[in-house]
Amino acid sequence: MEALTDHLSALGHGLVTTVELTVVTTVGAMLLGIVVATLRIAPVPLLRAIGTVYVEVFQNLPLLALLVLFVFALPTIGITFPLFTSAVIVIAVYEGAYLAEAIRAGINTVGVGQAEAARAIGLTFGQSLRHVILPQGLRAVIQPIGNICIALLMNTSLAAAVGVVELTQAANNVNLVEAQPIAVFTGAGLAYMLLALIIGQVTGLLERRLAIVR
Amino acid sequence: MNKTQQILFDEPGPRAQRRIRIATVLGSILVAGALVAAVYQFASHGELAANRWEPFTTWPIWRYLLNGLWATLRAAAATAVLSAALGLLLALGRLSTHRPLRWLAGAYVEIFRTVPTLLLIYVTLFALPQYGLNFPLFWKLVVPLVVSNSAAFAEIFRSGILALDRGQTEAGLAVGLRRGQVMALVVLPQALLQLAPSLVSQLVGLLKDTSLGFVVSYTELLYSGQVLASYTHLLIQTFLVVALIYLVVNASLSKFARVLQARNGRFGGRRGRRAADLPPPLLEGNTPR
Repeated sequence: MEALTDHLSALGHGLVTTVELTVVTTVGAMLLGIVVATLRIAPVPLLRAIGTVYVEVFQNLPLLALLVLFVFALPTIGITFPLFTSAVIVIAVYEGAYLAEAIRAGINTVGVGQAEAARAIGLTFGQSLRHVILPQGLRAVIQPIGNICIALLMNTSLAAAVGVVELTQAANNVNLVEAQPIAVFTGAGLAYMLLALIIGQVTGLLERRLAIVR
Repeated sequence: MNKTQQILFDEPGPRAQRRIRIATVLGSILVAGALVAAVYQFASHGELAANRWEPFTTWPIWRYLLNGLWATLRAAAATAVLSAALGLLLALGRLSTHRPLRWLAGAYVEIFRTVPTLLLIYVTLFALPQYGLNFPLFWKLVVPLVVSNSAAFAEIFRSGILALDRGQTEAGLAVGLRRGQVMALVVLPQALLQLAPSLVSQLVGLLKDTSLGFVVSYTELLYSGQVLASYTHLLIQTFLVVALIYLVVNASLSKFARVLQARNGRFGGRRGRRAADLPPPLLEGNTPR
Protein backbone atom coordinates (compact mmCIF):
# COMPACT_ATOMS: atom_id res chain seq x y z
CA MET A 1 0.00 0.00 0.00
CA GLU A 2 2.86 2.37 0.82
CA ALA A 3 4.18 1.97 -2.70
CA LEU A 4 0.95 3.61 -3.84
CA THR A 5 0.79 6.43 -1.30
CA ASP A 6 4.50 7.32 -1.63
CA HIS A 7 4.15 7.84 -5.36
CA LEU A 8 0.71 9.36 -5.41
CA SER A 9 1.86 12.39 -7.40
CA ALA A 10 3.55 10.29 -10.12
CA LEU A 11 0.51 8.04 -10.42
CA GLY A 12 -1.76 11.08 -10.24
CA HIS A 13 0.09 12.71 -13.14
CA GLY A 14 -0.26 9.49 -15.10
CA LEU A 15 -3.96 9.35 -14.36
CA VAL A 16 -4.43 12.98 -15.40
CA THR A 17 -2.53 12.34 -18.65
CA THR A 18 -4.70 9.31 -19.36
CA VAL A 19 -7.87 11.33 -18.74
CA GLU A 20 -6.63 14.24 -20.91
CA LEU A 21 -5.61 11.85 -23.66
CA THR A 22 -8.99 10.13 -23.51
CA VAL A 23 -11.07 13.31 -23.52
CA VAL A 24 -9.17 15.16 -26.27
CA THR A 25 -8.96 12.03 -28.42
CA THR A 26 -12.65 11.23 -27.98
CA VAL A 27 -13.65 14.69 -29.20
CA GLY A 28 -11.32 14.44 -32.20
CA ALA A 29 -12.37 10.89 -33.04
CA MET A 30 -16.05 11.83 -32.77
CA LEU A 31 -15.67 14.74 -35.21
CA LEU A 32 -13.67 12.54 -37.59
CA GLY A 33 -16.25 9.77 -37.23
CA ILE A 34 -19.10 12.07 -38.19
CA VAL A 35 -17.18 13.38 -41.21
CA VAL A 36 -16.23 9.90 -42.40
CA ALA A 37 -19.74 8.51 -41.84
CA THR A 38 -21.06 11.43 -43.92
CA LEU A 39 -18.53 10.70 -46.66
CA ARG A 40 -19.66 7.08 -46.74
CA ILE A 41 -23.29 8.00 -47.45
CA ALA A 42 -22.63 11.02 -49.68
CA PRO A 43 -24.17 11.18 -53.18
CA VAL A 44 -20.69 11.51 -54.72
CA PRO A 45 -19.12 8.10 -55.51
CA LEU A 46 -15.57 9.41 -55.06
CA LEU A 47 -16.33 10.67 -51.54
CA ARG A 48 -17.93 7.32 -50.66
CA ALA A 49 -14.78 5.56 -51.88
CA ILE A 50 -12.58 7.82 -49.74
CA GLY A 51 -14.69 7.03 -46.67
CA THR A 52 -14.56 3.30 -47.36
CA VAL A 53 -10.78 3.28 -47.84
CA TYR A 54 -10.35 5.24 -44.59
CA VAL A 55 -12.43 2.78 -42.58
CA GLU A 56 -10.82 -0.30 -44.17
CA VAL A 57 -7.29 0.97 -43.61
CA PHE A 58 -7.65 2.11 -40.01
CA GLN A 59 -9.78 -0.81 -38.84
CA ASN A 60 -7.24 -3.29 -40.18
CA LEU A 61 -3.97 -1.75 -38.97
CA PRO A 62 -2.80 -2.35 -35.39
CA LEU A 63 -2.88 0.88 -33.37
CA LEU A 64 0.61 0.20 -32.06
CA ALA A 65 1.98 -0.12 -35.63
CA LEU A 66 0.38 3.24 -36.46
CA LEU A 67 1.86 4.84 -33.34
CA VAL A 68 5.32 3.47 -34.12
CA LEU A 69 5.06 4.59 -37.75
CA PHE A 70 3.92 8.06 -36.76
CA VAL A 71 6.26 8.67 -33.83
CA PHE A 72 9.45 6.93 -34.98
CA ALA A 73 9.26 6.87 -38.78
CA LEU A 74 7.57 10.11 -39.88
CA PRO A 75 10.37 12.29 -38.44
CA THR A 76 12.64 10.83 -41.14
CA ILE A 77 10.57 12.72 -43.73
CA GLY A 78 10.49 15.82 -41.57
CA ILE A 79 7.08 15.43 -39.93
CA THR A 80 7.30 15.81 -36.17
CA PHE A 81 4.76 16.66 -33.50
CA PRO A 82 5.05 16.82 -29.72
CA LEU A 83 4.64 13.31 -28.29
CA PHE A 84 1.26 13.95 -26.68
CA THR A 85 -0.10 15.53 -29.87
CA SER A 86 1.15 12.57 -31.91
CA ALA A 87 -0.65 10.15 -29.61
CA VAL A 88 -3.86 12.21 -29.83
CA ILE A 89 -3.72 12.36 -33.64
CA VAL A 90 -3.00 8.66 -34.12
CA ILE A 91 -5.55 7.35 -31.62
CA ALA A 92 -8.22 9.77 -32.88
CA VAL A 93 -7.63 8.73 -36.49
CA TYR A 94 -7.74 5.04 -35.48
CA GLU A 95 -10.88 5.24 -33.33
CA GLY A 96 -12.50 7.58 -35.85
CA ALA A 97 -12.87 4.60 -38.19
CA TYR A 98 -14.77 2.64 -35.52
CA LEU A 99 -16.94 5.62 -34.60
CA ALA A 100 -17.73 6.22 -38.28
CA GLU A 101 -19.04 2.68 -38.57
CA ALA A 102 -21.10 3.02 -35.38
CA ILE A 103 -22.58 6.32 -36.61
CA ARG A 104 -23.37 4.77 -39.99
CA ALA A 105 -25.20 1.97 -38.18
CA GLY A 106 -27.13 4.69 -36.34
CA ILE A 107 -28.05 6.40 -39.59
CA ASN A 108 -29.40 3.06 -40.78
CA THR A 109 -31.90 3.05 -37.94
CA VAL A 110 -33.49 6.34 -39.02
CA GLY A 111 -36.78 5.71 -40.77
CA VAL A 112 -36.82 6.06 -44.53
CA GLY A 113 -39.88 8.29 -44.15
CA GLN A 114 -37.80 10.77 -42.17
CA ALA A 115 -35.34 11.18 -45.04
CA GLU A 116 -38.17 11.43 -47.55
CA ALA A 117 -40.02 13.98 -45.44
CA ALA A 118 -36.87 16.06 -45.11
CA ARG A 119 -36.48 16.08 -48.88
CA ALA A 120 -40.16 16.76 -49.42
CA ILE A 121 -39.97 20.02 -47.46
CA GLY A 122 -37.04 21.03 -49.65
CA LEU A 123 -34.03 20.36 -47.45
CA THR A 124 -30.78 19.68 -49.29
CA PHE A 125 -28.66 16.57 -48.57
CA GLY A 126 -26.52 18.52 -46.10
CA GLN A 127 -29.50 20.10 -44.38
CA SER A 128 -31.48 16.88 -44.02
CA LEU A 129 -28.36 15.20 -42.66
CA ARG A 130 -27.70 17.98 -40.15
CA HIS A 131 -31.24 18.62 -38.96
CA VAL A 132 -33.02 15.30 -39.42
CA ILE A 133 -30.83 12.24 -39.95
CA LEU A 134 -27.73 12.75 -37.79
CA PRO A 135 -29.51 13.94 -34.63
CA GLN A 136 -31.69 10.83 -34.66
CA GLY A 137 -28.97 8.49 -35.89
CA LEU A 138 -26.52 9.52 -33.17
CA ARG A 139 -29.15 9.11 -30.46
CA ALA A 140 -29.80 5.55 -31.61
CA VAL A 141 -26.19 4.44 -31.10
CA ILE A 142 -25.22 6.06 -27.78
CA GLN A 143 -24.52 2.66 -26.21
CA PRO A 144 -22.15 1.41 -28.96
CA ILE A 145 -20.40 4.80 -28.97
CA GLY A 146 -19.92 4.45 -25.20
CA ASN A 147 -18.33 1.03 -25.74
CA ILE A 148 -15.97 2.51 -28.33
CA CYS A 149 -15.04 5.25 -25.84
CA ILE A 150 -14.16 2.56 -23.28
CA ALA A 151 -12.03 0.81 -25.91
CA LEU A 152 -10.43 4.18 -26.64
CA LEU A 153 -9.63 4.63 -22.93
CA MET A 154 -7.91 1.24 -22.91
CA ASN A 155 -6.10 2.04 -26.15
CA THR A 156 -4.61 5.25 -24.74
CA SER A 157 -2.36 2.91 -22.74
CA LEU A 158 -0.55 2.03 -25.99
CA ALA A 159 0.82 5.58 -26.01
CA ALA A 160 3.07 4.26 -23.24
CA ALA A 161 4.85 2.05 -25.78
CA VAL A 162 6.03 5.14 -27.69
CA GLY A 163 7.00 7.10 -24.59
CA VAL A 164 3.95 8.98 -23.26
CA VAL A 165 3.92 8.67 -19.48
CA GLU A 166 0.26 7.98 -18.90
CA LEU A 167 -1.27 5.79 -16.20
CA THR A 168 0.09 2.43 -17.41
CA GLN A 169 3.60 3.81 -17.87
CA ALA A 170 3.47 5.68 -14.55
CA ALA A 171 2.47 2.45 -12.80
CA ASN A 172 5.31 0.63 -14.52
CA ASN A 173 7.81 3.33 -13.51
CA VAL A 174 6.66 3.25 -9.89
CA ASN A 175 6.89 -0.52 -9.85
CA LEU A 176 10.45 -0.44 -11.20
CA VAL A 177 11.41 1.72 -8.19
CA GLU A 178 9.33 0.06 -5.52
CA ALA A 179 9.11 -3.54 -6.76
CA GLN A 180 5.60 -3.76 -5.38
CA PRO A 181 3.86 -4.98 -8.50
CA ILE A 182 0.66 -6.28 -6.93
CA ALA A 183 -0.24 -3.02 -5.19
CA VAL A 184 0.84 -0.75 -8.03
CA PHE A 185 -0.69 -2.65 -10.95
CA THR A 186 -3.88 -3.40 -9.04
CA GLY A 187 -4.19 0.28 -8.24
CA ALA A 188 -3.74 1.23 -11.88
CA GLY A 189 -6.20 -1.48 -12.96
CA LEU A 190 -8.79 -0.17 -10.50
CA ALA A 191 -8.29 3.35 -11.84
CA TYR A 192 -8.98 2.15 -15.39
CA MET A 193 -12.06 0.26 -14.20
CA LEU A 194 -13.29 3.37 -12.41
CA LEU A 195 -12.82 5.51 -15.55
CA ALA A 196 -14.60 2.88 -17.65
CA LEU A 197 -17.39 2.82 -15.09
CA ILE A 198 -17.74 6.61 -15.35
CA ILE A 199 -17.93 6.42 -19.16
CA GLY A 200 -20.51 3.63 -18.81
CA GLN A 201 -22.58 5.69 -16.35
CA VAL A 202 -22.46 8.80 -18.54
CA THR A 203 -23.54 6.88 -21.65
CA GLY A 204 -26.27 5.18 -19.61
CA LEU A 205 -27.51 8.60 -18.47
CA LEU A 206 -27.35 10.02 -22.00
CA GLU A 207 -29.13 6.95 -23.30
CA ARG A 208 -32.00 7.40 -20.82
CA ARG A 209 -32.23 11.12 -21.59
CA LEU A 210 -31.84 11.02 -25.35
CA ALA A 211 -32.65 7.61 -26.76
CA ILE A 212 -35.67 7.54 -29.03
CA VAL A 213 -38.10 4.76 -28.25
CA ARG A 214 -39.47 3.40 -31.49
CA MET B 1 -25.37 3.58 -57.54
CA ASN B 2 -27.19 0.92 -55.59
CA LYS B 3 -30.86 1.12 -54.85
CA THR B 4 -30.51 1.67 -51.12
CA GLN B 5 -28.63 4.93 -51.44
CA GLN B 6 -31.41 6.52 -53.44
CA ILE B 7 -33.37 6.78 -50.22
CA LEU B 8 -31.11 9.46 -48.75
CA PHE B 9 -31.11 11.44 -51.98
CA ASP B 10 -33.21 11.28 -55.14
CA GLU B 11 -32.05 10.16 -58.55
CA PRO B 12 -29.84 13.15 -59.37
CA GLY B 13 -31.28 15.58 -61.89
CA PRO B 14 -29.21 17.83 -64.16
CA ARG B 15 -28.28 20.27 -61.39
CA ALA B 16 -27.43 17.55 -58.88
CA GLN B 17 -25.36 15.76 -61.48
CA ARG B 18 -23.44 18.95 -62.10
CA ARG B 19 -22.83 19.31 -58.36
CA ILE B 20 -21.71 15.67 -58.13
CA ARG B 21 -19.26 16.30 -60.97
CA ILE B 22 -17.91 19.42 -59.23
CA ALA B 23 -17.53 17.55 -55.93
CA THR B 24 -15.76 14.70 -57.74
CA VAL B 25 -13.30 17.10 -59.35
CA LEU B 26 -12.69 18.92 -56.05
CA GLY B 27 -12.27 15.62 -54.23
CA SER B 28 -9.81 14.35 -56.85
CA ILE B 29 -7.81 17.56 -56.60
CA LEU B 30 -7.69 17.16 -52.82
CA VAL B 31 -6.59 13.52 -52.98
CA ALA B 32 -4.03 14.28 -55.69
CA GLY B 33 -2.77 17.24 -53.65
CA ALA B 34 -2.30 15.03 -50.58
CA LEU B 35 -0.42 12.46 -52.67
CA VAL B 36 1.80 15.12 -54.22
CA ALA B 37 2.53 16.58 -50.78
CA ALA B 38 3.44 13.11 -49.48
CA VAL B 39 5.70 12.38 -52.45
CA TYR B 40 7.34 15.80 -52.10
CA GLN B 41 7.91 15.17 -48.39
CA PHE B 42 9.51 11.80 -49.13
CA ALA B 43 11.58 13.16 -52.02
CA SER B 44 12.85 16.25 -50.21
CA HIS B 45 14.27 14.04 -47.46
CA GLY B 46 15.84 11.65 -49.92
CA GLU B 47 13.57 8.77 -48.92
CA LEU B 48 12.45 8.09 -52.48
CA ALA B 49 15.96 7.14 -53.65
CA ALA B 50 15.88 3.76 -55.37
CA ASN B 51 18.49 2.29 -53.05
CA ARG B 52 16.20 2.94 -50.08
CA TRP B 53 13.38 0.85 -51.55
CA GLU B 54 15.36 -1.70 -53.52
CA PRO B 55 16.11 -3.91 -50.45
CA PHE B 56 12.40 -4.66 -50.29
CA THR B 57 12.67 -6.52 -53.58
CA THR B 58 15.24 -8.91 -52.15
CA TRP B 59 14.46 -12.27 -50.61
CA PRO B 60 16.45 -12.02 -47.32
CA ILE B 61 14.46 -8.97 -46.21
CA TRP B 62 11.17 -10.62 -47.10
CA ARG B 63 12.22 -13.88 -45.48
CA TYR B 64 12.86 -11.94 -42.28
CA LEU B 65 9.53 -10.11 -42.43
CA LEU B 66 7.62 -13.27 -43.36
CA ASN B 67 9.23 -15.00 -40.38
CA GLY B 68 7.82 -12.16 -38.29
CA LEU B 69 4.42 -12.65 -39.90
CA TRP B 70 4.63 -16.37 -39.16
CA ALA B 71 5.39 -15.62 -35.50
CA THR B 72 2.45 -13.18 -35.46
CA LEU B 73 0.14 -15.83 -36.89
CA ARG B 74 1.39 -18.43 -34.38
CA ALA B 75 0.78 -16.09 -31.45
CA ALA B 76 -2.62 -15.14 -32.88
CA ALA B 77 -3.59 -18.80 -33.38
CA ALA B 78 -2.57 -19.78 -29.84
CA THR B 79 -4.42 -16.75 -28.44
CA ALA B 80 -7.50 -17.44 -30.56
CA VAL B 81 -7.82 -21.10 -29.55
CA LEU B 82 -7.19 -20.52 -25.85
CA SER B 83 -9.29 -17.39 -25.47
CA ALA B 84 -12.20 -18.81 -27.48
CA ALA B 85 -12.23 -21.90 -25.23
CA LEU B 86 -11.91 -19.85 -22.05
CA GLY B 87 -14.43 -17.31 -23.36
CA LEU B 88 -16.98 -20.05 -24.01
CA LEU B 89 -16.53 -21.41 -20.48
CA LEU B 90 -16.92 -17.89 -19.07
CA ALA B 91 -20.05 -17.26 -21.10
CA LEU B 92 -21.57 -20.54 -19.88
CA GLY B 93 -20.51 -19.59 -16.35
CA ARG B 94 -22.24 -16.23 -16.63
CA LEU B 95 -25.42 -17.94 -17.81
CA SER B 96 -25.18 -20.76 -15.28
CA THR B 97 -27.90 -21.42 -12.71
CA HIS B 98 -25.28 -21.55 -9.94
CA ARG B 99 -24.96 -18.16 -8.32
CA PRO B 100 -21.24 -18.34 -7.29
CA LEU B 101 -20.25 -19.50 -10.77
CA ARG B 102 -22.27 -16.71 -12.34
CA TRP B 103 -20.71 -14.17 -10.03
CA LEU B 104 -17.12 -15.35 -10.61
CA ALA B 105 -17.45 -15.40 -14.40
CA GLY B 106 -19.18 -12.02 -14.33
CA ALA B 107 -16.43 -10.47 -12.21
CA TYR B 108 -13.70 -11.87 -14.49
CA VAL B 109 -15.36 -10.52 -17.63
CA GLU B 110 -16.12 -7.09 -16.15
CA ILE B 111 -12.57 -6.69 -14.83
CA PHE B 112 -10.64 -7.77 -17.89
CA ARG B 113 -12.91 -5.96 -20.31
CA THR B 114 -11.81 -2.64 -18.84
CA VAL B 115 -8.15 -3.21 -17.95
CA PRO B 116 -5.77 -2.39 -20.82
CA THR B 117 -3.90 -5.33 -22.32
CA LEU B 118 -0.64 -3.42 -22.02
CA LEU B 119 -1.10 -3.24 -18.25
CA LEU B 120 -1.58 -7.03 -18.20
CA ILE B 121 1.57 -7.40 -20.29
CA TYR B 122 3.51 -5.29 -17.79
CA VAL B 123 2.17 -7.53 -15.04
CA THR B 124 3.45 -10.68 -16.79
CA LEU B 125 6.74 -8.95 -17.59
CA PHE B 126 7.52 -7.31 -14.27
CA ALA B 127 5.23 -8.70 -11.58
CA LEU B 128 4.75 -12.42 -12.11
CA PRO B 129 8.49 -13.28 -12.35
CA GLN B 130 8.82 -12.08 -8.74
CA TYR B 131 6.42 -14.83 -7.78
CA GLY B 132 8.28 -17.49 -9.71
CA LEU B 133 6.05 -17.32 -12.77
CA ASN B 134 8.56 -16.59 -15.52
CA PHE B 135 7.01 -17.65 -18.81
CA PRO B 136 8.94 -18.13 -22.04
CA LEU B 137 8.78 -15.09 -24.33
CA PHE B 138 5.97 -16.49 -26.48
CA TRP B 139 3.72 -16.98 -23.48
CA LYS B 140 4.61 -13.57 -22.04
CA LEU B 141 2.74 -12.22 -25.04
CA VAL B 142 0.04 -14.88 -25.35
CA VAL B 143 -1.03 -15.16 -21.69
CA PRO B 144 -2.06 -11.50 -21.25
CA LEU B 145 -3.70 -11.51 -24.68
CA VAL B 146 -5.71 -14.59 -23.69
CA VAL B 147 -6.73 -13.01 -20.39
CA SER B 148 -8.17 -9.90 -22.08
CA ASN B 149 -9.48 -11.54 -25.27
CA SER B 150 -11.28 -14.30 -23.38
CA ALA B 151 -13.40 -11.59 -21.73
CA ALA B 152 -14.27 -10.22 -25.18
CA PHE B 153 -15.06 -13.70 -26.51
CA ALA B 154 -17.22 -14.40 -23.46
CA GLU B 155 -19.38 -11.37 -24.24
CA ILE B 156 -19.72 -12.40 -27.89
CA PHE B 157 -20.76 -15.94 -26.94
CA ARG B 158 -23.13 -14.70 -24.25
CA SER B 159 -24.88 -12.27 -26.57
CA GLY B 160 -25.23 -15.02 -29.19
CA ILE B 161 -26.70 -17.46 -26.72
CA LEU B 162 -29.09 -14.85 -25.33
CA ALA B 163 -30.12 -13.78 -28.83
CA LEU B 164 -31.34 -17.27 -29.67
CA ASP B 165 -35.09 -17.77 -29.47
CA ARG B 166 -36.16 -19.04 -26.02
CA GLY B 167 -38.39 -21.58 -27.71
CA GLN B 168 -35.29 -23.51 -28.73
CA THR B 169 -34.33 -24.10 -25.09
CA GLU B 170 -37.93 -24.85 -24.11
CA ALA B 171 -38.29 -27.37 -26.93
CA GLY B 172 -35.07 -29.08 -25.87
CA LEU B 173 -36.22 -29.29 -22.26
CA ALA B 174 -39.67 -30.48 -23.39
CA VAL B 175 -38.23 -33.50 -25.19
CA GLY B 176 -36.44 -34.44 -21.97
CA LEU B 177 -32.90 -33.15 -22.47
CA ARG B 178 -30.99 -31.91 -19.45
CA ARG B 179 -29.86 -28.25 -19.36
CA GLY B 180 -26.30 -29.17 -20.32
CA GLN B 181 -27.53 -31.25 -23.21
CA VAL B 182 -29.83 -28.50 -24.43
CA MET B 183 -26.87 -26.11 -24.43
CA ALA B 184 -24.51 -28.53 -26.20
CA LEU B 185 -26.94 -30.02 -28.71
CA VAL B 186 -29.45 -27.27 -29.43
CA VAL B 187 -28.38 -23.79 -28.36
CA LEU B 188 -24.63 -23.67 -29.00
CA PRO B 189 -24.58 -25.09 -32.55
CA GLN B 190 -27.12 -22.49 -33.66
CA ALA B 191 -25.55 -19.62 -31.72
CA LEU B 192 -22.10 -20.41 -33.12
CA LEU B 193 -23.37 -20.35 -36.68
CA GLN B 194 -24.97 -16.96 -36.10
CA LEU B 195 -21.87 -15.66 -34.35
CA ALA B 196 -19.35 -16.76 -36.98
CA PRO B 197 -18.91 -13.25 -38.45
CA SER B 198 -18.41 -11.60 -35.02
CA LEU B 199 -15.92 -14.28 -34.07
CA VAL B 200 -13.91 -13.70 -37.26
CA SER B 201 -13.98 -9.93 -36.63
CA GLN B 202 -12.67 -10.58 -33.14
CA LEU B 203 -9.82 -12.52 -34.77
CA VAL B 204 -8.82 -9.32 -36.58
CA GLY B 205 -8.72 -7.48 -33.26
CA LEU B 206 -6.72 -10.28 -31.70
CA LEU B 207 -4.23 -10.35 -34.57
CA LYS B 208 -3.78 -6.61 -34.17
CA ASP B 209 -3.19 -7.15 -30.43
CA THR B 210 -0.23 -9.44 -31.16
CA SER B 211 1.64 -6.30 -32.26
CA LEU B 212 2.13 -5.78 -28.50
CA GLY B 213 4.93 -8.31 -28.98
CA PHE B 214 6.78 -5.07 -29.77
CA VAL B 215 6.77 -4.39 -26.02
CA VAL B 216 7.89 -7.84 -24.86
CA SER B 217 10.54 -8.15 -27.64
CA TYR B 218 8.83 -11.22 -29.07
CA THR B 219 9.85 -11.14 -32.74
CA GLU B 220 6.42 -10.94 -34.32
CA LEU B 221 5.84 -8.72 -37.35
CA LEU B 222 6.02 -5.26 -35.72
CA TYR B 223 9.06 -6.08 -33.57
CA SER B 224 10.73 -7.71 -36.60
CA GLY B 225 10.15 -4.44 -38.43
CA GLN B 226 11.79 -2.57 -35.57
CA VAL B 227 14.82 -4.88 -35.58
CA LEU B 228 15.10 -4.69 -39.35
CA ALA B 229 14.79 -0.89 -39.35
CA SER B 230 17.51 -0.43 -36.76
CA TYR B 231 19.77 -2.73 -38.79
CA THR B 232 19.13 -1.26 -42.26
CA HIS B 233 18.25 2.32 -41.17
CA LEU B 234 15.34 2.16 -43.61
CA LEU B 235 12.91 3.35 -40.96
CA ILE B 236 9.89 4.63 -42.83
CA GLN B 237 10.16 2.12 -45.68
CA THR B 238 10.22 -0.83 -43.28
CA PHE B 239 7.28 0.33 -41.20
CA LEU B 240 5.23 1.14 -44.30
CA VAL B 241 5.87 -2.38 -45.63
CA VAL B 242 4.98 -3.85 -42.23
CA ALA B 243 1.76 -1.82 -42.18
CA LEU B 244 0.96 -3.06 -45.69
CA ILE B 245 1.40 -6.69 -44.60
CA TYR B 246 -0.94 -6.16 -41.63
CA LEU B 247 -3.42 -4.48 -43.92
CA VAL B 248 -3.45 -7.33 -46.45
CA VAL B 249 -3.80 -10.06 -43.81
CA ASN B 250 -6.48 -8.28 -41.77
CA ALA B 251 -8.45 -7.00 -44.73
CA SER B 252 -8.64 -10.58 -45.99
CA LEU B 253 -9.94 -11.70 -42.60
CA SER B 254 -12.47 -8.83 -42.53
CA LYS B 255 -13.60 -9.73 -46.03
CA PHE B 256 -14.07 -13.34 -44.88
CA ALA B 257 -16.21 -12.07 -41.97
CA ARG B 258 -18.41 -10.15 -44.42
CA VAL B 259 -18.81 -13.22 -46.63
CA LEU B 260 -19.93 -15.20 -43.56
CA GLN B 261 -22.30 -12.39 -42.65
CA ALA B 262 -23.88 -12.47 -46.10
CA ARG B 263 -24.28 -16.24 -45.89
CA ASN B 264 -25.81 -15.98 -42.43
CA GLY B 265 -28.32 -13.52 -43.82
CA ARG B 266 -29.44 -16.29 -46.14
CA PHE B 267 -29.58 -18.84 -43.32
CA GLY B 268 -31.41 -16.30 -41.19
CA GLY B 269 -34.20 -16.24 -43.77
CA ARG B 270 -35.23 -19.71 -42.67
CA ARG B 271 -35.98 -18.62 -39.15
CA GLY B 272 -38.79 -16.15 -38.71
CA ARG B 273 -39.20 -13.39 -41.25
CA ARG B 274 -37.73 -13.73 -44.68
CA ALA B 275 -35.42 -11.01 -45.92
CA ALA B 276 -38.03 -9.86 -48.41
CA ASP B 277 -40.54 -9.12 -45.61
CA LEU B 278 -38.15 -6.80 -43.80
CA PRO B 279 -38.45 -3.05 -44.31
CA PRO B 280 -36.04 -1.90 -47.01
CA PRO B 281 -32.67 -0.90 -45.56
CA LEU B 282 -31.63 2.73 -45.77
CA LEU B 283 -28.12 1.66 -46.65
CA GLU B 284 -26.41 -1.67 -47.08
CA GLY B 285 -26.04 -3.61 -43.81
CA ASN B 286 -29.57 -3.26 -42.48
CA THR B 287 -29.60 -2.86 -38.71
CA PRO B 288 -32.52 -4.43 -36.88
CA ARG B 289 -34.82 -1.85 -35.37
